[in-house]
Amino acid sequence: MANNTSHTTEYRVLARVLLVLMFLTLLTISVTSYNLAAFGVTVALLIAGTKGFLVLTYFMHLKYESLLLRILVALIFVLYAVIILITFIDYAYR
Amino acid sequence: MSEKIPHIEAHRDDDAQKLGMWLFIFTELLLFGGLFLVYSVFRAKYPANFHEGSLELSVTIGAINTIVLLISSMTVAMALTAIQKNNQKLAMIFISITLFMAAAFLFNKVFEWGAKFEHGLYPGSKLMPLLDRGHLLYFSLYFFMTGLHALHIIVGMVLLIICLIRVKSGKIHFQKYTQLENGALYWHLVDLIWIFLFPLMYLIT
Repeated sequence: MANNTSHTTEYRVLARVLLVLMFLTLLTISVTSYNLAAFGVTVALLIAGTKGFLVLTYFMHLKYESLLLRILVALIFVLYAVIILITFIDYAYR
Repeated sequence: MSEKIPHIEAHRDDDAQKLGMWLFIFTELLLFGGLFLVYSVFRAKYPANFHEGSLELSVTIGAINTIVLLISSMTVAMALTAIQKNNQKLAMIFISITLFMAAAFLFNKVFEWGAKFEHGLYPGSKLMPLLDRGHLLYFSLYFFMTGLHALHIIVGMVLLIICLIRVKSGKIHFQKYTQLENGALYWHLVDLIWIFLFPLMYLIT
């Protein structure tokens, strides 16, 4: 039986991740308050992507999960990227 | 960690339970992914309308809710750490803080939606069909996506209340905590979706 072999993440690690996440939230607000048009979206998505990565890695413990699970999660995001790409190619050349 | 007593454990497979939760999370990601796809296509088509629409939202309330959800995500992760360290009481405190944060998020949401409703802006209102197509799409997506997200907050709260009761009764303990782990995973998913919803709904340049 493979029971509760989960890694224990220390409180201070979680607290530090929260501080970084809060900093990134303030950063995304200040960056997008300047009207940077297309650049603004790119920066906002990059910051959101970084925050999502931190949540998945530390809060959701993916850093300490099996390789199988990490590959599965990565594949979902690859799948989603492909769906977006195909949809936008369709819209662009319609 | 104290030693495990394998011979008195009933048959169970924690890794499989967790894998099952992750598979469910994948379907949730693709559900919201589909909505984000609709959003990006229409935002690309009506960039000016989407920008004007986002100006109607309060960045302050959105930012407060983001911070509230981020904190709640940390406290639920800490609840898991506490139970792994065999600290039942601390785990219950952390789950309670998470639930309080969730309630605060919903309170803000009601306040925010209420202000829109007062201006006659809600799905099915008389005003909505009179809007420009871009505005109509923006607000329809806003209400649908934040509404679906709020529904997930409520479901997450129910799951965490069940976890809280089971931690209290000792059914979730330091050798058997996969239920809390899965409840926490669901809560992190809710946070993860909001991380993308916030800049895409509130911060359109």
